[in-house]
Amino acid sequence: MSKFIIRRVFLAILIVLFGSFAVYAVIRALPSSYVETIARQRAQLPGSKSYSEWLAQLNSLFRLDTDVFTGYAGWLSDALKGNFGDSWTYTVPVTQKFKDVIWYSFSLNIITFVLQTVIAIPLGITAARKQYSRTDYAITFFALLGISLPSFFLSTVLKYIFSIKLGWFDLYGIVGRYHEQLDSFGKILDMAHHLFLPVLVLTMLSIGGLMRFTRTNMLEVLNSDYIRTARAKGLPESKVINKHAFRNTLIPLVSYMSYLIPSMFSGSMITETLWQIPGIGYISFGAMQQGDIPFTMFYNVFLILLTQVSLLFADIMYAVVDPRVRVN
Amino acid sequence: MDKNKKSAQLNAAQQKETKSVINALLQGKNVTNEPNRTGTLDDESRVKVLSPGMMVFKRFVRNRLAITGFIILVFMFSFSFLGGLFSPYRQDQVFYRNEYTLKDFAGATFNKEFRTVVKDGFKFPGSAYGSMILAYNNGKTQFDADGTLYSFTVTNDDFFRITEFETLSNVTARKRLYSYEHVGDFKMSDAMSQKFEEAHQAGDDTFEFDGKTYNITRDKLNVAITTAEEIALASPRVYDPYQKEDAPVIASYGFRFAFETAFANGEEKFTYNDNNYSIDKSDNLITVYLENGAEKQAFANISDMIVNAISPDVFVPVEFKNKVRQAALNKEKSFEYALPGEENIEYRIELVHETYNIKRQTETHLIDMYHAPDEKHLLGTDMNGMDVMTRLMYGGRISLLVGFVVVFIEMFIGVSIGGISGYFGGWVDTILMRFIDLFNSIPYWPIMIILGSVMDTMEIDPYTRVFMLMMVMGFMGWTGIARVVRGQILALREQDFMVAAEASGLSVRRRIVKHLVPNVMPLLIVQGTMALGGIILTEATLSFLGLGVKYPIASWGSIINAASQPFIVNNYWFIWIPAGILILLTVLGFNFVGDGLRDAYDPKMKR
Repeated sequence: MSKFIIRRVFLAILIVLFGSFAVYAVIRALPSSYVETIARQRAQLPGSKSYSEWLAQLNSLFRLDTDVFTGYAGWLSDALKGNFGDSWTYTVPVTQKFKDVIWYSFSLNIITFVLQTVIAIPLGITAARKQYSRTDYAITFFALLGISLPSFFLSTVLKYIFSIKLGWFDLYGIVGRYHEQLDSFGKILDMAHHLFLPVLVLTMLSIGGLMRFTRTNMLEVLNSDYIRTARAKGLPESKVINKHAFRNTLIPLVSYMSYLIPSMFSGSMITETLWQIPGIGYISFGAMQQGDIPFTMFYNVFLILLTQVSLLFADIMYAVVDPRVRVN
Repeated sequence: MDKNKKSAQLNAAQQKETKSVINALLQGKNVTNEPNRTGTLDDESRVKVLSPGMMVFKRFVRNRLAITGFIILVFMFSFSFLGGLFSPYRQDQVFYRNEYTLKDFAGATFNKEFRTVVKDGFKFPGSAYGSMILAYNNGKTQFDADGTLYSFTVTNDDFFRITEFETLSNVTARKRLYSYEHVGDFKMSDAMSQKFEEAHQAGDDTFEFDGKTYNITRDKLNVAITTAEEIALASPRVYDPYQKEDAPVIASYGFRFAFETAFANGEEKFTYNDNNYSIDKSDNLITVYLENGAEKQAFANISDMIVNAISPDVFVPVEFKNKVRQAALNKEKSFEYALPGEENIEYRIELVHETYNIKRQTETHLIDMYHAPDEKHLLGTDMNGMDVMTRLMYGGRISLLVGFVVVFIEMFIGVSIGGISGYFGGWVDTILMRFIDLFNSIPYWPIMIILGSVMDTMEIDPYTRVFMLMMVMGFMGWTGIARVVRGQILALREQDFMVAAEASGLSVRRRIVKHLVPNVMPLLIVQGTMALGGIILTEATLSFLGLGVKYPIASWGSIINAASQPFIVNNYWFIWIPAGILILLTVLGFNFVGDGLRDAYDPKMKR
């Protein structure tokens, strides 16, 4: 097992390097107006150097005058020392901005995760137990509906109904107009109020996948021999389902969900952008559109790392849940 | 009570009958025609062997969701690909509407000033006009302006005839000694000076020489020899031609002079340029007719009102001017008139200080934005004045096309790499799988967003952009298919039929094409169908964020992009809701069909 993990870690490092390089190569294609703006500003200061001199200096500072490989190597050596630079768009150190916004994303996702688990798994099991029944059709229908719903359309419809027509929620943002005047409990309530619809969107969109996953795995388990044996020896149906079937369904489920846990930090770019929740997704969407190299690089490396950690975590969890894996 | 019992019995009987029919059906018996027929074991009606494809089809048809999805997809395809043919509009056709607004048409004012007309080749500057009015008010008939001497005569009708004196020579006369100071190039012959001196000594104001009349002006001791010429006339009357092409004639000095002289003398006829004109005076309006033998043709209208169109290329007819004058005199607020080639329109008059502003209902051509749904535009028009319904049809083409092309690219790369990896196994497999791991590490959405911004800043042509989008999406999404294909082929490779195929000496190509591919096909079809939904969703999301398909090309996502503006969400549901529903239904359709296909192919799902 440890040998496997070491191999995985090595592969993960390789993957992080490759992925970050790919992102770096693509973002270097964006003409960075940031450097030109700064150069223009500096050149206008009294007694300053000329614009072209400033531009050259800034380009060399940000390694924009070198080829992609040298630039990437420079970025990498800085990043390994923990120096990710200052964000061009937000004009603060990248890591500080990250610390400021990550908790919005995390709380958004953790609530969604809990809701999704609580709703999807029981529904998936019910659907599998009553395969091809009306319940199964209804659950499958809603699961597929959730998968098929475009997040922007669902968000816009919810905004139209609840924000515009009913006026229950604000259209955008995480805090209300009078947020600063509220006490600490009121502030939390205010944020919860603003997170309600985004959480609803994320939950509706993610339930489908988990539900179908549960259903498929449960069906597989229910068709296996030991379930037939359990039924044949006269166990009550509840025992068959809860003790025999569900526990075995848990194996793939746990690995699927442990894969989800690290991704909770990755934010949900589209939904956050639509609702302008200042989480990591929305913040990096803005940074990426404006060619903010330091922030984009940091965010993407973070994403790639999270994915690798997720995979590793899922593998380890699989071994924890399934004794057969441990033995091998 | 009895009735209930009876019906219950009937029900039970019916149920029994149905059950027996079902049982018979399950046993493969033909119950309806010949209930007592017995057949051999391999009788075709008894042992129904369905081909695998038929089995899949039957299972698929039995799945209600799958059929629903199929119907949705058929509708979407006909809507997008046939709808565009039947739609009367093009996708980028902009609609206009006409709106009536009151617009300034002409301005009118009663003339209170004298209007001067100057003979060709002469000048009568504004300062001279001012001096003339001053002299007139002081009762003088001579005035000086810019060193030039003028004189004028006035008739009862305020007809001014203005004469300019041109000084030829300034003469200083002391007793009988004359000294000349000529102006400009003027040369004086002795005979002429003799004539002048005679006239001067006689105290005459004029003298004639060589058929020309010269004036002698005196100012104390200084005497000047001048020529006099009538250079301009002024009158308060406003001249308007009946025909546009007569305007230069009417504006000319000669015509005015002829008319004004005749008018001042109370004559009813005058001649100008060998044409005979007659004057008809009635009710403060004077009409000049051009006499052409016995025929009379209205030539010019002379009034006290100036009417000018706002637009310089509009010729305002005399009748219109008279209408305006009449309305102004009667203090009316509006009147009706039909310009040549137009219907009768109402004109409104507003008096601002001394000016009458004449306004009329003018048709303006506007882009028909946010037109609410009606029978002409079933779903209204969007912010560019384009028909939403038609754009939805054409947008469907792009959305579906993007889906299919991307799936095709994904399939092509995925099947090739997955197939190679699975079939050859070993180190090839390891390398390819590690490559897929590496490739998978590139974050999908960040890359799509950055590429979208790159294409934005490079201002790539929208058509090229759609092409690039398909390429990038296809190139980014093949790894899933490659993995599935590899797994399937790895599993199939170990199976007995593949061993048998190898043992019977089939070529590698034949083994792949005839034995492996048909077994992978079902999986590919399921994967492809499910992927289609996802791709359409991705394209729509990118277009919604403004990073995918761009105006003027329509796609469902780029249509719903309008919903990023809250005022459109609030006021114009017909722009964004239909597009959203179409996306939702299409993706749902693909997912239903994909789900149904998977259930139909998967033997484990058998009832």
